[in-house]
Amino acid sequence: MVFSLAIAGIFISNYVVVQFLGICPFLGLSKKVDSALGMGVAVTFVMVLASLITYPIYTYIMLPNGIEYLEIIVFIFVIASLVQILEMVIRKMSPSLYKAMGVYLPLITTNCAILGVAEINLTYELVTGVFSAALNGLFSGIGFTLAIVILAGLREKIDKLPTPKHMRGFPISMITAGIMAMAFYVFTFITM
Amino acid sequence: MKVKELALDGIVRQNPALKLVLGTCSILALSNEAINGLGMGAAVTFVLVCSNLVISILRNIIPDKVRIPAFILIIATFVTVVKMLLYYLGSKSAAIMGIYNAMGVFLPLIVVNCIILARAESFASHNTIGLSVMDGLFMGIGYTVALTLLGAVREILGNGSIFGVALWNFKIAFFTTPAGAFMTYGMFIALFTFVYDRIVRKQKLGGAKILKPKTTEV
Repeated sequence: MVFSLAIAGIFISNYVVVQFLGICPFLGLSKKVDSALGMGVAVTFVMVLASLITYPIYTYIMLPNGIEYLEIIVFIFVIASLVQILEMVIRKMSPSLYKAMGVYLPLITTNCAILGVAEINLTYELVTGVFSAALNGLFSGIGFTLAIVILAGLREKIDKLPTPKHMRGFPISMITAGIMAMAFYVFTFITM
Repeated sequence: MKVKELALDGIVRQNPALKLVLGTCSILALSNEAINGLGMGAAVTFVLVCSNLVISILRNIIPDKVRIPAFILIIATFVTVVKMLLYYLGSKSAAIMGIYNAMGVFLPLIVVNCIILARAESFASHNTIGLSVMDGLFMGIGYTVALTLLGAVREILGNGSIFGVALWNFKIAFFTTPAGAFMTYGMFIALFTFVYDRIVRKQKLGGAKILKPKTTEV
């Protein structure tokens, strides 16, 4: 189960290039490999924590009490407070880590990949409990990091090339991402 | 005329999908068919108008320090309303149920759609109620038009049909894959920028003059 979660999360249903989750940071922050890696690690960390917290809240508190219609409000509230607490803890505990990761943290609240993993955990057939939910968060985060780092590497090169004036910026990044998506499309033929 | 300026801003000069490039996740995912694009656009427009309305009513009450969490909570409430409404309408008509199912995880994700928070932060939090509603409406229309057009192009090329009506048998399956989504959208933005620059140069349409949004630090 761990293996299939890993292959599915990283390759087959990669959050960025297959499921279109977390495109904003994917395009906005992927200009340098270093900052892309920092963002990826921060997102992965928050994804694991968010899965660990939202899955039990939904399964053990909201479902038995019949208040599952509140899921969107509760989830976004949990994620926003989680990011806020995390920022404070990291600032106190490790100033050097805060320097490296701190700038990305406020952006994570509105990253659809985080709310996406919390929502997907509820319907994903491989997720059967809190542990597998956290694993799903971990592997999805690794998949996100992989995609964002690859794009950053490509963009470092492409930004130096002469491109038509109107293609610069978003359009050329989209087309680069499209070529990456073609490569990842091959993985969808894997069956487990 | 302020309304005309707002309409031009929302639909052309600051089109959320083609000029500001916000809310890209749902654009890429829901542009596989024109009808899905239209449904998603309508849902986003509804949330945008309602949240702009409530935020501009409460703009003098919400303390500055907690404004972002407050905005997110207001937006989340309206997204829940849309979700329940679509589910209810879906139980009456199969077509709406199809759109509801196609939206899937992207329906709750409207809450983190950057356009809505961006408009709340840069427009509704320091403008009057009427203007904020207008802004929400026109931004929503701009988003819907772009999303439906993109969906129509991808559906015609990839599926040989438009709004579910079959046109011919010529299909390029590439346009229905994620790669096709990225590339078509990229070409759309490039084409829009190209045409827009041409028009601006010709007619001196100018950038947004009176209603340029204030950018504040988040």
